[in-house]
Amino acid sequence: MMSGLIAWFTQVAAVTRFNLLTLPQRVGSSVSAIFGITGVVAVMVGVLSIAQGILHTMQSSASPLNAIVLRSGANTEMMSGLDGESVKIIAQAPGVARNENGALASPELFVIINLPKRSTGTDANVPLRGVRENATAVRDSFRITSGRMFGWGTNEVMVGRGASLEFSGLELGSTVQVGSENWPVVGIFEAAGGIAESEIWVDAAVLQPAFRRGNSYQAVYAKLESSDAFTAFKDALTADPKLNVKPLREAEYYDSQATTLYNLITGLGTLIAVIMGLGATFGALNTMYTSVAARGREIATLRALGFRTVPVILSVLFESLLLALIGGIIGASLAWWAFDGFRAATLNWASFSQIAFAFEVTPALLVQGIVFALLIGLVGGMFPAVRAARQPVATALREL
Amino acid sequence: MKYFNLVWSNLKRRKLRSLLTVLSILVAFMLFGYLSAIRQGFNQGVSVAGANRLVVRHKVSIIQLLPESYQARLERIPGVNSAVHSTWFGGVYQKPSNFFAQMPVQPEQYLDMFPEIVLPDEQRKAWLATRSGAIAGKVLAERFGWKIGDRIPINATIWFKKDGGATWEFDLVGIYTGAEKNTDTSGFFFRYDFFEETRARGSGLVGWYTVRISDPGRAAETAAAIDKEFANSPAETKTEPEGAFIQGFANQVGNIGQIMMSIVAAVFFTILLVTGNTMAYSVRERTSELAALKAMGFSDRKVLGLVLGESMLLTCLGGGLGLVLAWLLISLGDPTRGSLPVFFFPVREMIIGVGLVLGMGLIAGILPALRAQHLQIADALRR
Amino acid sequence: MTAGNEVPGGEALGDEVLVKISGLGKSFKRGTETIQVLDKLDLEIPRGDFLALMGPSGSGKSTLLNLIGGLDRPSQGSIEVGGERIDQLSGSRLAAWRARHIGLVFQFYNLMPVLTAQRNVELPLLLTKLGRAQRRQHAALALDIVGLSQRSNHYPRQLSGGEQQRVGIARAIVADPTVLLCDEPTGDLDRKSGDEILNLLQALNREQGKTIVMVTHDHHAAERARRTLYLEKGQMSTEPVA
Repeated sequence: MMSGLIAWFTQVAAVTRFNLLTLPQRVGSSVSAIFGITGVVAVMVGVLSIAQGILHTMQSSASPLNAIVLRSGANTEMMSGLDGESVKIIAQAPGVARNENGALASPELFVIINLPKRSTGTDANVPLRGVRENATAVRDSFRITSGRMFGWGTNEVMVGRGASLEFSGLELGSTVQVGSENWPVVGIFEAAGGIAESEIWVDAAVLQPAFRRGNSYQAVYAKLESSDAFTAFKDALTADPKLNVKPLREAEYYDSQATTLYNLITGLGTLIAVIMGLGATFGALNTMYTSVAARGREIATLRALGFRTVPVILSVLFESLLLALIGGIIGASLAWWAFDGFRAATLNWASFSQIAFAFEVTPALLVQGIVFALLIGLVGGMFPAVRAARQPVATALREL
Repeated sequence: MKYFNLVWSNLKRRKLRSLLTVLSILVAFMLFGYLSAIRQGFNQGVSVAGANRLVVRHKVSIIQLLPESYQARLERIPGVNSAVHSTWFGGVYQKPSNFFAQMPVQPEQYLDMFPEIVLPDEQRKAWLATRSGAIAGKVLAERFGWKIGDRIPINATIWFKKDGGATWEFDLVGIYTGAEKNTDTSGFFFRYDFFEETRARGSGLVGWYTVRISDPGRAAETAAAIDKEFANSPAETKTEPEGAFIQGFANQVGNIGQIMMSIVAAVFFTILLVTGNTMAYSVRERTSELAALKAMGFSDRKVLGLVLGESMLLTCLGGGLGLVLAWLLISLGDPTRGSLPVFFFPVREMIIGVGLVLGMGLIAGILPALRAQHLQIADALRR
Repeated sequence: MTAGNEVPGGEALGDEVLVKISGLGKSFKRGTETIQVLDKLDLEIPRGDFLALMGPSGSGKSTLLNLIGGLDRPSQGSIEVGGERIDQLSGSRLAAWRARHIGLVFQFYNLMPVLTAQRNVELPLLLTKLGRAQRRQHAALALDIVGLSQRSNHYPRQLSGGEQQRVGIARAIVADPTVLLCDEPTGDLDRKSGDEILNLLQALNREQGKTIVMVTHDHHAAERARRTLYLEKGQMSTEPVA
């Protein structure tokens, strides 16, 4: 039994080695198959990395300890509205972490303004967030990378790294025109790639009169004592008759925002990849049929000499998979080199403003791409392989 | 012409190979057509934007509101024929994913400003007669299966009612169609007076204005005049042509056009390789046949033409079928089911597609064809 | 040495010289070497002649045939066919001349495998101004002459070697060429089929007055011709070199 298996393997290896040695003769055909697969994988990984990048931005924004409180019925900050009194009550709710300055609850105002987007030159909506002192304490990942914090009570603003890259006129030292006022940019900040990096921050007390909001906010971001404290926090707020609010875990909130966009891009990307994959499969089939035909006589001779059918099939499959693997690796590498980290921004429907993100070519995506390539190689090699093995030896020997 | 049979027969030489090549080309062009429709869906508004319409919005932010009183002031500005306002209602129908635009407007003036909105006369009259009346676009009505007479409840998220409630109820009195193939019919419009008397706050404030100007050639000057009129007032304006305004939105989503075109370019490059490869193999396999043709008296140029003819026939078959398939798929409708306001195969892209079919045939076949052209008879005949 | 115009067999041929070759030379480059295959050759072929060219391989007989047929250009000397100096023609003019005046029969038939016998025979007519119906007619006639009317819709792979060669001959005569050039026409055939082909060629020569030049290594084939010339190292003689 064992010797049979070894003999079998020897046959496969021999035939495969023979096939691969003749590969250089079929360069043109092999190259075209490889390129077809390269194209599919590169496009697929590229488009899906957009979805990954947006997802990453959303997920980086969420801290497991944080909660967001919106007005009841609102799904996003934009739709929400909380008056000054409610905000005070929310800050006193059980479960909210405290430091020496008091409760770590940050009331925030959210509006949008227009600024020209660098890549298109046309105006786009930028999120402008009015914050109070607790805003940075609630966000663990917040870091000022250049300049300084804006002065409280002044027109000064801070700009997230993503926003400063996407829009013209948001560099350190420039001024943003809001209405008739000039608001100088005094600092650039990072937030671990989260959504805050797409925003401009200013003192809420300055933003409120500018946008005629009185003493109202849109949301309260609260840092909780522990992740489990959320239940108590939520129950207390929903039970309070003076309030009409909707508390959410931060993760939940950002997840819902990401979902639509993520699904849309992933859906479209997959559709395109499948169609392209179909084309690449036809190309691979073409290549393998040509390859098999070119070696028809040799394969038949081998079989006449006693090589079994299965080793022949396997050797053809192996060649096809090898070509596909090469194409997949080149395509994945190309996508990684060209796209990973590429900064872009698109419209976040939930906030109706730009969300800056970076294309993210994850290892999972690379693997997906290569697996897809191998699948194409499998289909592309299967039919020709079977055909090569099925053909009556006599006919094949006669084939010139 | 008379060589067609020869060219066609040569393709039948290796039926499977020709078929697979044609299929690859077919897929490429199907993708091209489909992506063009998607791209058009994203950029739709731009091409149908009225050349004689400008959009006037709050200078600071699109979410800031403008006074209702601006309407009269706008109409007094030289160069402006008429002005109407719209406001973003932003309500939710059943669930947030059922997203569509809802706007309170002045019925008579709005329909006059946007003649591409086609509403049958009796439905227009019904709208004018029903305070809570609303009209919906054909695409929107079909999406939710609405019929005239239905009660449509929409939950407010921004505009709550005076009584504190959030659910606004509208009577569907009309379904409008588009004057052009690419007119957006996914909108929902109701009456501004109903809006004004029901909303709890923001009385007298509207979202933005659309004005019709008398001379499209003077759009820039008129826009500047409008912004000048409201400069230094509490609500300063920014005015731009409708097309630019819509393009700005499309740009916010991203440079979709560029992304689509890059993908298509990658695909076509692959097709060139596949077809070129097929042709190269085909020529290599029959050097003696080609030499025999030359020996018979077929000139070098004719042989070049034959090979090119084969290449073009491959791409025409694959490309032609691919474009037709794309058209068929596109007529099945919007794949995102409602996100794209329009979805059709733009004529311009159809023509480009045909051009690409011919171009690809030429480029893929030229090198093998040249090889065939320069084949030396005596060498090639020697077996 | 030059070859004479003797006509063994004695049938009167008339005076018209169809092919006139003077001082013909042809050399090939092999790497850095230049090989002179034909050197200062003179030859006259009268109209209606059936000439066999024999000689060992490498003697240049196929080269001579190619030169007469305008498939190649001479390095030195002149070739006149039907009064036209074909060594001075080139490119598409030469191709057009060939289409009009030359019929070619190959050792390995060189039929298009993708076309039926009928369509194969019609091929040279695509180069003429004849319409579709006329082309079909002429081709049918040619097939009839070679005795293959029954097989006109068959593909080459469905025909025997002898039948394929007959199609080749039909194709060669369909445009009524001035000269028929055959390169080892029976080389790939068995004795019986070969004889049939030679019968056909003889008939074409005797009954239809076709001028035929045939390269062969088979003495039996050469016997069917009116005269035989032997080529050795680029030189021609009427007697085989011992």
